[in-house]
Amino acid sequence: MMTAINRIPTSSSNDAKKLRSERIGRFSSRTLLVIYALLIVVPIVVVVFGSFKNQSQIILNPLGPPSKGNLEGYRKVISEHIFRALKNSVIVVGLSVSLTLLAASLTAFSVARLGGWRSNVLFGFFTLGMAVPAQVNGIQQYTMFKSVGLTNSLVGLVIVNMAVTLPVSVFILTGFMKTLPKELFEAGVVDGASQWRLYRSIAMPLSMPSVAAVAIFLFVAHWNDLYYPLLFITDESKWTLPRTLAQLRGEFLTDYPALFAGVVIASAPMVAAYVFLQRWFVAGLTSGAVKG
Amino acid sequence: MTSPIDAGPSASGPEGANSRASKRAGAQRRRPLYFFAVPALVVYGVFFVVPTFQALYYSFFNWEGPGTSPAFVDIENYKTKIFDDTTFQNSVWVSLKFMLLVVVFQTLLALGLSLMLTKNSRGTIFLRSLYFFPTILSSSAVAFVWNFVYDPSSGLVTTVLEKLGISYRPALMGSPKTAIVFLAVVQVWFHAGQMMVVFVAGLQQIPQDYIEAAEIDGASRWQRFRSITWPLLGPATAIVVAYTTLQSFRAFDLVYIMTEGGPLNSTRILGFHIYKTAFESFSFGAAAAESVLFMALIATVTLMQRRVLRFTKADLTGGA
Repeated sequence: MMTAINRIPTSSSNDAKKLRSERIGRFSSRTLLVIYALLIVVPIVVVVFGSFKNQSQIILNPLGPPSKGNLEGYRKVISEHIFRALKNSVIVVGLSVSLTLLAASLTAFSVARLGGWRSNVLFGFFTLGMAVPAQVNGIQQYTMFKSVGLTNSLVGLVIVNMAVTLPVSVFILTGFMKTLPKELFEAGVVDGASQWRLYRSIAMPLSMPSVAAVAIFLFVAHWNDLYYPLLFITDESKWTLPRTLAQLRGEFLTDYPALFAGVVIASAPMVAAYVFLQRWFVAGLTSGAVKG
Repeated sequence: MTSPIDAGPSASGPEGANSRASKRAGAQRRRPLYFFAVPALVVYGVFFVVPTFQALYYSFFNWEGPGTSPAFVDIENYKTKIFDDTTFQNSVWVSLKFMLLVVVFQTLLALGLSLMLTKNSRGTIFLRSLYFFPTILSSSAVAFVWNFVYDPSSGLVTTVLEKLGISYRPALMGSPKTAIVFLAVVQVWFHAGQMMVVFVAGLQQIPQDYIEAAEIDGASRWQRFRSITWPLLGPATAIVVAYTTLQSFRAFDLVYIMTEGGPLNSTRILGFHIYKTAFESFSFGAAAAESVLFMALIATVTLMQRRVLRFTKADLTGGA
């Protein structure tokens, strides 16, 4: 970068000094990057390796690879209730993500197309919800769901998931749909298309980048959520994966091979998705942050 | 195309139609648009907005939860919480301390990493996705990983220190003095990569010419950062700080799994404390009052931050 620019000649000693300090800077920044990479990688490697070790191997040699495959941890953890939890998670997350996307995109379409103060009121009403953390209304949500019989129910979890993530989803999708050229919709109207048709055939296909981003944001948020299952579900047969994982702590205390096997099983689907869809994950989870 | 009846008025309405007719046509065309928002409005309104206001309502009652009858106590809950309840007061401080630690360290770390990884090359893209990786994990998983890292008898920190021949053993999560700091470390590890991405996006928007021009003028690295990068990065910084703040107030899961608020309530952040008040003491009225105070605290902190950040920004751009 520097060499490309024709610089005004300066004294050579000055130049050398600058070059040297730049080199030192580059070296130290590389060192820092490697150190931080190790801070991320080492604990994860220890956990993955550890899931294939027994307790004493973990303590004696936490960093090295497992000498011989030991599936004790997995044997302890893999049982009917892990599969049941996996099934529950898939059901809850699948429904939560798709229904939230549907409801939020319909709302975003209506906010983006309505225009005027009505659209501002609608938009403001939804976005206010982004400032309220789950712990502020979670307890009241619990009492409400309890009184209408929606605790201990996967449907209840889907509803609360939707209620909590609709604000962000509406926010992101509206922002995107507002950027779509008006002429497209006007052309559709001239051709006699209904609003539903405009939504389905123009707005949605063109909004796919933001729909995908929101989908991933929702997927990660719901798949990993522990708070609502903890509050709403006492019946073990309806637990999701994070809830089941949290229970392992009480069950296995410091039986690390079992705990690590649980971590690996619960995280594997998400990690696999991340490896293939990194860009989308980064875009999705960042759009969730850039709402503010 | 599909249903000419539906779009009839607008399609047939000539440009020169009188304004009343076209207004009516507009309203008619808008009507289905309102229906589009109904599903979301119902779910969000009933299951999110109503409970939020219920928190306010029940905060004036003595209530032991569903199935019991609430008794009106006026502002008694608030008085007790603010003036007498030392556990609650402690939780407010713990939450603020945690928030400050996380905001300062996470923002600095994310900024530092993003400055080193602004350019797109194979290496920087790889490192960015590596640093981002913890964000996708569940907090239960992260909590387990760090429980092992911190385990005083056989954990990673202990083992590494042992191998290096260092006899010093930090108290980590064992001491009420340091537990909150090491909890903040976990939170930062968890989410710094996510905030780094926000900074990278901000940095990539800064025109390279500005920096090159300053370089030609002989500005040092620090000067370039101080008077060009930092002021232009203002919007990204505001996002990072605001989001990190909310995120730190939300950090319930880590506390639930790693410390349960201990030792000696030193990590009992408000979110966790409210949960305990409701589900362990069955004081749903008091929990509601705590929720309202929590919301007020978050609003205050957010507004204060906005002030400070706007000030800093104005100050810097004024100087540049």
